[in-house]
Amino acid sequence: MLSKSQARTFFLGFTVLFSGVFLGLTVDTIRQTPARSHEDKLTAQVVAGKEIWEANNCMGCHTILGEGAYYAPELTKVVERRGEAWIKIFLDDPAAMYPGRRQMVKYDFTDEEKDQVVAFLTWVGEIDTNGFPAKPDMTLTGIVPAGATATAAVSAVPTHAGKPPEAGAAAPPVYFAQVCQSCHSVGGVGGAVGPALDGVATRYTIEKMDTWLQDPQAVKPGTAMPNLKLPDATRAELVTWLMSLD
Amino acid sequence: MRYRSQKVAYLFFATCMLLFSLQIIYGFIMGFAHIGWDGLHSVIPFNVARATHTNLLVVWLLSGFMGAAYYIIPEEAERELFSVKAAVVQWASLVLVSVTAIIGFHLNWWEGRKFLEIPRPLDYLVVVNVLLFIGNIGITAWKGRRFTTTGMVLFAGLFSAALLYLPGMITFDSQVYDSYFRWWVVHLWVEGVWELIMGGILSFLLIKLTGVDREVIEKWLYVIVGLTFISGILGTGHHYYWIGAPKYWLAVGGLFSALEPLAFLGMALYTVAMSRKGGKKADNRIALLWTVGCGIMSCVGAGFLGFAHTIPQVNIWTHGTLVTAMHGHLAFWGAYAMVVLGIIAYAMPQMTGRKLYRHWSAEWAFWTSNIGMLGMTGAFAVAGITQVYLERRMGMDFLAVQEAISVHFVGLVLAASLFTVGIVLYVWNFIMYGLPTDEALLDHVTPEIADDTVGAEMPAAM
Repeated sequence: MLSKSQARTFFLGFTVLFSGVFLGLTVDTIRQTPARSHEDKLTAQVVAGKEIWEANNCMGCHTILGEGAYYAPELTKVVERRGEAWIKIFLDDPAAMYPGRRQMVKYDFTDEEKDQVVAFLTWVGEIDTNGFPAKPDMTLTGIVPAGATATAAVSAVPTHAGKPPEAGAAAPPVYFAQVCQSCHSVGGVGGAVGPALDGVATRYTIEKMDTWLQDPQAVKPGTAMPNLKLPDATRAELVTWLMSLD
Repeated sequence: MRYRSQKVAYLFFATCMLLFSLQIIYGFIMGFAHIGWDGLHSVIPFNVARATHTNLLVVWLLSGFMGAAYYIIPEEAERELFSVKAAVVQWASLVLVSVTAIIGFHLNWWEGRKFLEIPRPLDYLVVVNVLLFIGNIGITAWKGRRFTTTGMVLFAGLFSAALLYLPGMITFDSQVYDSYFRWWVVHLWVEGVWELIMGGILSFLLIKLTGVDREVIEKWLYVIVGLTFISGILGTGHHYYWIGAPKYWLAVGGLFSALEPLAFLGMALYTVAMSRKGGKKADNRIALLWTVGCGIMSCVGAGFLGFAHTIPQVNIWTHGTLVTAMHGHLAFWGAYAMVVLGIIAYAMPQMTGRKLYRHWSAEWAFWTSNIGMLGMTGAFAVAGITQVYLERRMGMDFLAVQEAISVHFVGLVLAASLFTVGIVLYVWNFIMYGLPTDEALLDHVTPEIADDTVGAEMPAAM
């Protein structure tokens, strides 16, 4: 039968052995991490973004690399999923994109700070995470045709921008897919926060659409549509494309 | 109680009661927010409630461990505590640091790193505080008349926990290293050295309550803490699967995490076997109930539920979902909350000379809180598994899924209410005991207490 001193040797022996192995693996991990996390791209801007991330305890609601709290979305791949433009507009006024739903604190970041946050999230998104987060592996068959954005059919806000399915319509501008479509749908694909935009060309004129996009509040005070502060070229591209939806 | 200085433990235990109650309030704030009732959002947003909830847990558990050490170490070393004054100062500074940290969280003053949110300047105060504590019990143990395995394992656990706080204070530019070394604190605490503390306290309780030979109990204590480190040290790897660390961590972490339940199964068998051997002698049945309950619930919560989601093939889907919250709640409750409530249930009659464990509230506190916690675990499990399938595997939008599972948080809040009833009963029982008194010292024994002494104390001295 096991004696007390044998039990002690068992405890001390294995503790020393496995501590040694653990330290060895840590040394190797530190050796491999610069390449796996492309440390060459770890700029001062990324570090500043990490500091903003920590100063506001973003992990208190979100997860990053799967670590944090479970009240708000996983953000490891958020730049790939949403795009930089959407994230910046969202940060300006989180409630505008999800009126009446789960709330995020409005932080009033400056443009520089928003750039830093996006730089940090972009850097994190490019870490070799051994495949996390895994891509969904079960399709929602029967709800939407294969190949279309599965999420749009079941949720108010899509996680992936989809293409309008009408044959012959020009592909939407990148900005539309990244930003507008999270609230508006075209051809059944997109969010349900704002009205569907099918046939919008029959309801608007080019001038009216252009004025609306410049400052929605001025046209219709109290509207949930945020002022996106669009550059002239982007606005012109959007107006042209929207006015083709007839 | 054998030594006057053991009374200082009361301050720490009372702090546990207060902070634990506060922790539950913040839990409710989050439960309601998940249902959609986030009326406090502008005052206490979710991230504030979350940081407060988890940090209160850590502080009240540490306070409980410290109280346990101030109670146990003098008795094991057979001498008075080195300095009661230092212990009181240490208690006051612990309360001050934690209150400052909690208020700071509400003013957006924190470090924003999960579980280690306490702002850096306060970290240094924590270090000073812990040094004071370790010094005090260290000198007491060193100058003592005997070195027992129970005392040494408890001290080793507390000392290593203090040492492992330091990697959490290093600043990194890279999120990968930040995460890697943050787990040296968090994982190596809860799945490593805290198990030494837990094992030490359980061993003390079993020696006192069952009267089984110390040599037998302490031999198995070595085996259990041995199993803890065999599995727990390399088991850290289950936190390294997806943070940018090399791929071999999937194999290392997966294999050794699969062994982690063994240590907790050991705790369960240990408490059950020893109480079967000598439990009938225990007059304080409630302390024994918490002791055995701790062994069993830690085996379920930390052992089994931990195992269920640390396999890499499962974890890639469940990582970062409510499944983690499911495991986390039962694990912390079973392993650490229950061991602290166990030592308090044992020490209070000893320190005050009263026998309120015979009061109905003591037993009801145990059962309602445990049934409530199992209900909460079930609610988290259903919500978490649904989230995994809808969001992770089918690709539904995050918020749409959260709205679909919010009904399970109604279940969570109901179960939490039952849990709260249990904890209120426990705190009420604690308050009824009143303050510790020198009259409870064993040389002052009144005939009533003498019964208890024969039952629980004498065999241990043999």
